[in-house]
Amino acid sequence: MSQQNSIVGAEKGIRKKITHGFLYILLIIIAAVQILPLVWLFLFSLKDNQEVFNLPPLALPQDPKWGNYVTVWTEGNIGVYFLNSVIVTGSAVLLTVLLASFVTFAITRMNWKLNKLVLGLFMVGLMIPVHSTLIPLFNFYLNIGLMNHPLSIILTYTAFNLPLTIMILLGFYYTIPRELEEAAIMDGCSVHRMFFRIILPVTAPVVATTAIINMIYNWNEFVFVNTFISSDKYKTLTVGIQNFIGQYSADWGAIGSTLVISILPILLAFVVLSNSIVEGITSGSVKG
Amino acid sequence: MNKIMSDKMIIALYTLPALMLILVLIYVPIVLTGYYGLMDWDGIGQMTFIGLENYRVLMTDSMFWRSAYHSLLLAVFSVLSLIIYLAVSVVLSANIRGADIFRKVYLIPMLLSSVAIAQLWMRIYHPSNGVMNRFLMSIGIDNPPLWLSDTNIVLFAIFVPILWQYAGFYIIIYYAALKNIPKELVEAAKIDGATPLQIAYKIKLPLISGIIKVTIVLAVIGSLKYFDLIYVMTDGGPSGASEVMASYMYKLAFRTNDFGYGSAIGFFLLVLILLVTYFIRKLTASKDDNVQY
Repeated sequence: MSQQNSIVGAEKGIRKKITHGFLYILLIIIAAVQILPLVWLFLFSLKDNQEVFNLPPLALPQDPKWGNYVTVWTEGNIGVYFLNSVIVTGSAVLLTVLLASFVTFAITRMNWKLNKLVLGLFMVGLMIPVHSTLIPLFNFYLNIGLMNHPLSIILTYTAFNLPLTIMILLGFYYTIPRELEEAAIMDGCSVHRMFFRIILPVTAPVVATTAIINMIYNWNEFVFVNTFISSDKYKTLTVGIQNFIGQYSADWGAIGSTLVISILPILLAFVVLSNSIVEGITSGSVKG
Repeated sequence: MNKIMSDKMIIALYTLPALMLILVLIYVPIVLTGYYGLMDWDGIGQMTFIGLENYRVLMTDSMFWRSAYHSLLLAVFSVLSLIIYLAVSVVLSANIRGADIFRKVYLIPMLLSSVAIAQLWMRIYHPSNGVMNRFLMSIGIDNPPLWLSDTNIVLFAIFVPILWQYAGFYIIIYYAALKNIPKELVEAAKIDGATPLQIAYKIKLPLISGIIKVTIVLAVIGSLKYFDLIYVMTDGGPSGASEVMASYMYKLAFRTNDFGYGSAIGFFLLVLILLVTYFIRKLTASKDDNVQY
């Protein structure tokens, strides 16, 4: 009897192990599907056309052509686009995070009647499709002279990212104990001082999360730049590389290294800050 | 305390800058889109009021309905793929070693710009030198498909990188929700002799049904307004075979300068998305819904 039981148990154990192994292989295959295109991209960025066309796709280049990177950085406008992306992304992130913190503070900590309505306005903003605003925005920037000016995209990014940023901040602000403010005000602290000296430092972790999420969105944004910015000196990487690749469409190494340059900052940020990014994406969508 | 924290001046100072930005750059534009939609306008010259004429044209514009059908197809595929993501997440959340690494690797494509992804997949689909066709030729298929120029397959060829890009996003969301399920519930079911499949189906899925609804809304909305990869990879072509609503609207407005008609489509898209959101939530609403919308 007991022997029979143990045989059944062993069989069960083996079945469990097989299922487990099978599922594990499945997870690895999905990981490969997600990552191999990028590995291939990195490999062909280091090859010349000869090697791209003749070697197997995932073969290492015999002699890595790092020169591809030097060429695209010096001959094209990639350096300019890169700098523009840094400036536009950086300004929009700072502006968004600061304005969103102000609003979230006022909505969650201060007493006024319209706070739910204002919060509602920001939350509904999450659902508005970009394309339903594009023509009026185009016309607006044309009329006020900001067409083809970096401010047009910085302001637009800020407006469109405020709802998401406020939503992520909101949850954290609700958890800050009221006693913190009460004590500060007892000590004669002004609201501004409290906000900058107490609230901002306390919320630093979630502010960092929203900042990195904003950075990713702004760095990758395409439609607004494509519509509002026409001159090379203001283009950011997304639209810049699109034009650049159009001209060099036959040189795979140049295309590959351009693409790698454009995604490298985000990949590096991900390696260092993956937990914040995952947390930001989860909390930014789940409450939607 | 209350007096200081009710200071109207400070409240205004803290909220007005952000409020002005979303009013001027989001809310006024959607109203104007509705208004421009009633006009005949090339974006430069005089506007002429033509009432609902643009919408009458829209009703019979076969190119528009074709693109709307493509957007709808994308929505269907996106929602169906949620089932796969959900299954993967159930496996991942079952104390798999390296689960954290797996979900992060899955997320990577979502962090990259659509332009980079589009350019990369254009190379993958390249007729003679792309990995796809080189693989097919190496296993003996002499005439592999022309992925992006064959009107019968181009739409599905573009769906692949779109789904590829967002897979990790949904897996991350499901994973977090599944990890939030109290361990005691699962343990209790195990003691009662429930199989892993039963636990997943009868306990875990019902508990995260709120999140599943949210992701369905996200997938449908995201598909209906989808634009980026299609614009870069095929520009809606060849001959409209991969056109979607947003790319069609963009072309009308910024290529043919038909701002009036383009606005009408933009407004249609807005109303459609608000209605679809409302109905999905209504249809899937239940009394014991503990997720706040």
